[in-house]
Amino acid sequence: MSAMTMSGEIGTKKPVDRDNSVSVAATNVREPAKEMKMEKAAAPVAGVPMGEKLANLGKAILPPVLGLMVLIGIWHVATHKGGSIPGPAQVWDAAVVLFSDPFYRNGPNDQGIGWNVLSSLQRVGIGFGFAALVGIPLGFILGRFAFLSSMVNPIISLLRPVSPLAWLPIGLLVFKKADPAATYTIFICSIWPMIMNTAQGVQRVPQDYLNVARVLALSEWKVVTKILFPAVLPYMLTGIRLSIGTAWLVIVAAEMLTGGVGIGFWVWDEWNNLKVEHIIIAIFVIGIVGLILEQALILLAKKLTKEAS
Amino acid sequence: MEKFVQIERVGQTFDTKKGKFVALRDIDLNIAQGEFIALIGHSGCGKSTLLNLIAGLTKPTTGVLLCDGREIAGPGPERAVVFQNHSLLPWLTCFENIYLAVERVFGGKEGKPKLKARTQAAIELVGLAHAAHKYPNEISGGMKQRVGIARALSMEPKVLLMDEPFGALDALTRAKLQDELMKICEATKATTVMVTHDVDEAVLLSDRIVMMTNGPAATIGEILEVKLPRPRDRLTLAHDPAYIDYRAAVLEFLYEKQAHVEKVAA
Repeated sequence: MSAMTMSGEIGTKKPVDRDNSVSVAATNVREPAKEMKMEKAAAPVAGVPMGEKLANLGKAILPPVLGLMVLIGIWHVATHKGGSIPGPAQVWDAAVVLFSDPFYRNGPNDQGIGWNVLSSLQRVGIGFGFAALVGIPLGFILGRFAFLSSMVNPIISLLRPVSPLAWLPIGLLVFKKADPAATYTIFICSIWPMIMNTAQGVQRVPQDYLNVARVLALSEWKVVTKILFPAVLPYMLTGIRLSIGTAWLVIVAAEMLTGGVGIGFWVWDEWNNLKVEHIIIAIFVIGIVGLILEQALILLAKKLTKEAS
Repeated sequence: MEKFVQIERVGQTFDTKKGKFVALRDIDLNIAQGEFIALIGHSGCGKSTLLNLIAGLTKPTTGVLLCDGREIAGPGPERAVVFQNHSLLPWLTCFENIYLAVERVFGGKEGKPKLKARTQAAIELVGLAHAAHKYPNEISGGMKQRVGIARALSMEPKVLLMDEPFGALDALTRAKLQDELMKICEATKATTVMVTHDVDEAVLLSDRIVMMTNGPAATIGEILEVKLPRPRDRLTLAHDPAYIDYRAAVLEFLYEKQAHVEKVAA
């Protein structure tokens, strides 16, 4: 039974894990190529016979599935003699129990995994949203005015390499509460990529387009809406994607330190309870949510830039 | 002769890392309304610099430029530019690219239906009605350049400025667009200044060919008046002794009098 369920679990969960490492590094490179292909390939695809389609699908799916199975196999071999780390089967059983009731509440410190994930997402959403509200306009301004840019750039260069967690005590001091402090940490770590990518995008708007704007004597509003914004959009979306990746990395650590409800806190709580299966489940959940966030943004970027270009 | 565009004692100096670079000096030129002028010369002779000055994209270091009696203080839609690389906005369709220009120039006094009709007329003028709702990356280089011309013409400019508009096109497409441009200029009586390095193009299209000396510190070397009757036909002209003489005169200027590009530049 355990072997069957194990591979079943692998099939559903592993692609996540493997894809994650690839897509984070390669999305920038892959994306434009994909877009071009999509446009050109649209017509011929219809003519491809069913069998060939299936074969292609197999080629695409087989390697990731195989990789997952190997990973689970190693995991199984490494843990089957016992020890403190649970094996795949134990984790699967724990996951079944855990996910059968993800939204229960037994007081503030004992809530279902669904609530924990949702409250982490909420923190990321709020912190990230504020970062976008501040960072994107600021990026536009810095990209447009060289003087301001050279004024602010040294500060950004100084602050950007600082771990967002170093800001957490300041957040606690200012907000007096754990929850806004964690959100604030997300804000800090999300804002840099958004400012820098937007500013870079604005600086890289081709001079030709700006010359068109000058010859047509377009109003500043038209310049922003018809030329700057569409030209900068791909850069902005890259910034957003980098930000959300970092934000999701940071939220776990921030919640470990602040407590409350959230996936990071939950990991820490389960460590205190010594439920190692739950920690491993949390690792998978964090990975899957991160992957979904990333893919959703790639999809959004594709949709927007396709409309724009 | 009526002076529609006046260029008086214009010089242009750029500040570079190596110090001052004199691109143009002592340019004097008057252009009549409806005239077609070609600026020709070796690369680096400041043809495009001069065009940018007329467009108002750059300001002269010395001298003054006037258009219709007023000083050229900056770029504006009354001096429309057809850019060398078409410069269409890739996120707008051909129609929208032209509409952007039409809306800017006529939006103050005309309603939307009228603006759309103008846009449609401009796109039909260059024979691209069928591609109106395509994006620039979906059409060929020649078509893009035609949209660029349509955008410029749609503004009903006082002066049409073209910076090597056909430079990037193959010979057949170029010939076709030259013929179209000739028809359009005859129909609209547009005052046109075109930068080119193509001798045949210059002779075929121009009323006058302004030949520039080599840079740095380039200036006008000679001006050749092309007195061929219009409408002109490239096939008939190919055997026309006058055409051949004009062509020879330009070639002589470029390859004898101004031949030593490298030496002069060094």
